[in-house]
Amino acid sequence: MSKVLHSAPRCAPNDGVVDALTKALGKLAISAREEHGEVVITVAREGIVDALKLLRDKHEYQQLMEMAGVDYPDRAERFEVVYMLLSVTKNHRLLVKVSAAEDTPVPSVTGLWPNAGWLEREVFDMYGVVFDGNPDLRRILTDYGFEGHPFRKDFPLTGYVELRYSHEEQRVVYEPVKLAQDLRQFDFLSPWEGADYVLPGDEKAEGGKA
Amino acid sequence: MSFTLEQSPTTGDEVITNYTINFGPQHPAAHGVLRMVLELDGEIIERVDPHVGLLHRGTEKLIENKTYLQALPYFDRLDYCSPLGMEHSYVLAIEKLLNVEVPLRGQYLRVLFAELTRICNHMLNMGSHVMDVGAMTPNLWLFEIREDCLNFFERASGARMHSAWFRPGGVHQDVPQALLDDLGAWLDDRLPRLFEDAMSLVIDNRIFKQRNVDIAKVSKEDALAWGFSGPMIRAAGIPWDIRKAQPYDVYDRMDFEVPVGTNSDCYDRFMVRVEEVRQSARIMKQCLRDMPSGPVASTDGKVSPPKRAEMKQSMESLIHHFKLYTEGFHVPAGEVYVATESPKGEFGVYLVSDGSNKPYRCKIRPTAFSHLQAMDFMCKGHMLPDATAILGAIDVVFGECDR
Repeated sequence: MSKVLHSAPRCAPNDGVVDALTKALGKLAISAREEHGEVVITVAREGIVDALKLLRDKHEYQQLMEMAGVDYPDRAERFEVVYMLLSVTKNHRLLVKVSAAEDTPVPSVTGLWPNAGWLEREVFDMYGVVFDGNPDLRRILTDYGFEGHPFRKDFPLTGYVELRYSHEEQRVVYEPVKLAQDLRQFDFLSPWEGADYVLPGDEKAEGGKA
Repeated sequence: MSFTLEQSPTTGDEVITNYTINFGPQHPAAHGVLRMVLELDGEIIERVDPHVGLLHRGTEKLIENKTYLQALPYFDRLDYCSPLGMEHSYVLAIEKLLNVEVPLRGQYLRVLFAELTRICNHMLNMGSHVMDVGAMTPNLWLFEIREDCLNFFERASGARMHSAWFRPGGVHQDVPQALLDDLGAWLDDRLPRLFEDAMSLVIDNRIFKQRNVDIAKVSKEDALAWGFSGPMIRAAGIPWDIRKAQPYDVYDRMDFEVPVGTNSDCYDRFMVRVEEVRQSARIMKQCLRDMPSGPVASTDGKVSPPKRAEMKQSMESLIHHFKLYTEGFHVPAGEVYVATESPKGEFGVYLVSDGSNKPYRCKIRPTAFSHLQAMDFMCKGHMLPDATAILGAIDVVFGECDR
């Protein structure tokens, strides 16, 4: 890895961590790598509870600080669930990942860490990943009676419903979103690098037709 | 000898059931919009079900639709009591992906203002905690200090609260020397005078102790298992401070102590914050003493914008300026999780980049989420009025909890 120039938090060095943990996890680990100073271990979905239990009990990763869902719509199993572990004794952080689809439940780790309950609820709420064994898998951040999973990449930024207080009905009413003007989505990508679409007018140069 | 059971005063077909009350969403002691469904047995709390999300604004989704720089002001609006603490994690996450060096003066300025933010945040929290358990005056007195802090933010960035002053690569603008001088004078005289004065009303106050000592005791094991951080884990007796354990910016050059609690109750959480204010002042004095001169932001024109004067002279600077404020910079593909010690605890940013000018995913780890989740087990067996004390000692702000 190139020289570290940034001043982000400096925890204990990663030397040998990847090898030691892949050896310890054995068949549970699918892949492990170190990138940008982060150790990322991908684990088979069925083995996530065993893997995290092993990391917590044998490798001193005592705290589950955070769980994040990520949506990659192009993949066969489109969601990734990332567990951020922290060891306060070894002063080290670890990212453990599993992949999941809409219809493949991820085993819940509420038995290992009680705070996983809400973290899993949040991933479920935002992405629709189901956690098998979570005793209280309700929505958490979205409105009561909300439909859909808003952080999926195919969910529109504006959402589908808006609400207002109706004086006639003396209550809050939900209505389909009506935008007074189009949502402004600025695209600043340079057309020479990065943009993967045809600029209006460019097809004339390419096609050569009159 | 035979016993006869005393007749129940009720007629027999009445059953005493638990009483469920709704706390919030608009309640002065809820520190924002928190709805808690409390199940009571008389005045004893049996079960707490906090309903969060009433302030959910979809910040993480909005960030995915903005360039890295445009997304920065969203962080001010997460924990609006300590805006710079939120920005700190985000800019460090970007810098970690970019592997960009921040000049020393920029790092010192960030630490200086991050600590000022800590003081500012603790003034609000301690004041409202005291008010939640019944005292009005200390809150007003502490707001005087908070007002000073906000004035300093305004002089540095132009905004009292939502500064947007930390930028990837450094800070937005240098501060005038007069501001640093005034900060030094404030730290030497006004802050300790006002703060110790207000604390003298609270710390040994009989009522305050009765309301806080032995309330919501949490063992070390529980604190670890529930993902506690910041003053909550330190009050449990675990000396864990990210500034000390995983130093970022110039915290490794600072000489400060990490206060820990012994009893792990609400009173200890309060006292940990009291000592943190004193330690923050100590760090700030060291920053003022050691701060070198020089640039405040990275000199890499691909990351941080050029000075105004340079733009008038140099074509290259003009192009850099234009590109940075339209397209923004591209961040190499990869993922990082960067957590800093915000005033409330560990505030983390999990940033996934796909190599473009916008974050692919930006997951924010709020401090209050794990703490609030533990409300149920912390409140169990306590009286109803203790719930406000416990909530005050957690230090929740819903902008951050609900995102």
